[in-house]
Amino acid sequence: MSGLLEEMTEKARKLNIPLSVQVDLTYRCNERCVHCYLDHDDHGEMSTAEIKHLLDQMAEAGVFILTLSGGEIFLRKDFFEILEHARRKLMFCVKLKTNAIMIREPEAARIRDLGVESIQISIYSHRPEVHDGITLVPGSLKRSLDAVRFLKSQGLRVILANVLMAQNMQDYQDVRSLAAELGVESTLDPTITPMMDGNRSVLDLGIDRSALRQVFRDPALVGNVEEFCAIAAPADDSTLESLPCSASHTTCYVSPYGDVFPCVQFPLPTGNVRKQKFIDIWRYSDQMNEVRSIRMKDLTTCTSCTHVSSCSRCPGLAFMEGNMRGPSSQDCERSFAKTGVPSANMLAKKRLAENLVQIRTLSSVVGAAGAMA
Amino acid sequence: MSKLYVARSLRVAARGLDGEMMIMSGRDSTLFTLNRTATILWQAADGITPLDEIVQQQICVKFEVEPTVALQDAESLARQLAGHEILQISDQPIQQPTLAAGESR
Repeated sequence: MSGLLEEMTEKARKLNIPLSVQVDLTYRCNERCVHCYLDHDDHGEMSTAEIKHLLDQMAEAGVFILTLSGGEIFLRKDFFEILEHARRKLMFCVKLKTNAIMIREPEAARIRDLGVESIQISIYSHRPEVHDGITLVPGSLKRSLDAVRFLKSQGLRVILANVLMAQNMQDYQDVRSLAAELGVESTLDPTITPMMDGNRSVLDLGIDRSALRQVFRDPALVGNVEEFCAIAAPADDSTLESLPCSASHTTCYVSPYGDVFPCVQFPLPTGNVRKQKFIDIWRYSDQMNEVRSIRMKDLTTCTSCTHVSSCSRCPGLAFMEGNMRGPSSQDCERSFAKTGVPSANMLAKKRLAENLVQIRTLSSVVGAAGAMA
Repeated sequence: MSKLYVARSLRVAARGLDGEMMIMSGRDSTLFTLNRTATILWQAADGITPLDEIVQQQICVKFEVEPTVALQDAESLARQLAGHEILQISDQPIQQPTLAAGESR
């Protein structure tokens, strides 16, 4: 984040202004990515008028950065009408997240004309058999990369977003090379989000501990490995008084059905814009204010952890594990992969597992006693 | 001296925050903040009202400033903002689609 944006974000936080909001326009999608956490059926998306009204309210509330995502945003027939409203009338800084397979030259030109800040496109591999094997749509890599070229030729900022899984682990360096070749940026994220219904089976698609360790020791990704993987200094008072993340402080998320959440990865319902004003949910929702009240010192387990001052702990992932003040196991794994030092959560689980072994021993004793009787 | 007309660029993003304007350049995503005086100029930059009228009607009435000095400063600021492509300037009125000025509460 640039210094000025950081300054503006801090100002927005003090004034309780939602500076950055992601709105998912639809959960429908034309790809079926194996790791996706969404239910792609339409359960009653907001209409064009409802979305425009929401955007009007968001601009009034001070939202500056608007991320339009999905699902696949181009499946909405009114997508450009919404985008034009967001840009021409409301002057949002608009970022798009898309698989881009519906973007051809005319769409790219229109996106340029409307002054979109950036377009993030999911690319999982440079090899069609791997990328298309993840999206489950034959030919999707070619179409997405064609779109990257159309957008790039319009002078737009394009970012290739790669989610790291066991299936594409060996290709991340080539995706980065491909991005460089295309003259675009790239990101890499090892986070797999549980399904919206709480099903965590997709997490099995993620990379294992040794692969994560390998990624964190790749200087091309992390820069100075020694520095990146160093154990952080113990938490001081200012760390313990700090905020876990920006969710509910300067950012939030709105689903295609109008439900407002602290973040796209934090499925705690706080209100619905079909029933309440956006600003009232933001300011007065009990749930939003509960998330807002949490400081690092309030976290159970994590405050006693070696990694508390450097951990990437996601409160939303912690919430999905059952406690928004608790640890997020995926982030514990990251801290462990970086430093080799287990987190307080991992140590607690290990102790629990040892206790479980004792219970098994006890039952086997009971069994033996029964046999003797 | 010929009139100078100013219009907000179509390609920027803009939002008011605590009386100041955040502007993101459409050219390279550079973020700018405008102070209160520059924010008044930005909000009044409709492409139709000449800069000297904006200065007289909007700036001189809100700040105790000599009109000639205020106009010189405003011209310099307008040219600076035009250099970053966040404002258009012309000696003719600038026609463009109706734009909001990115105001918020």
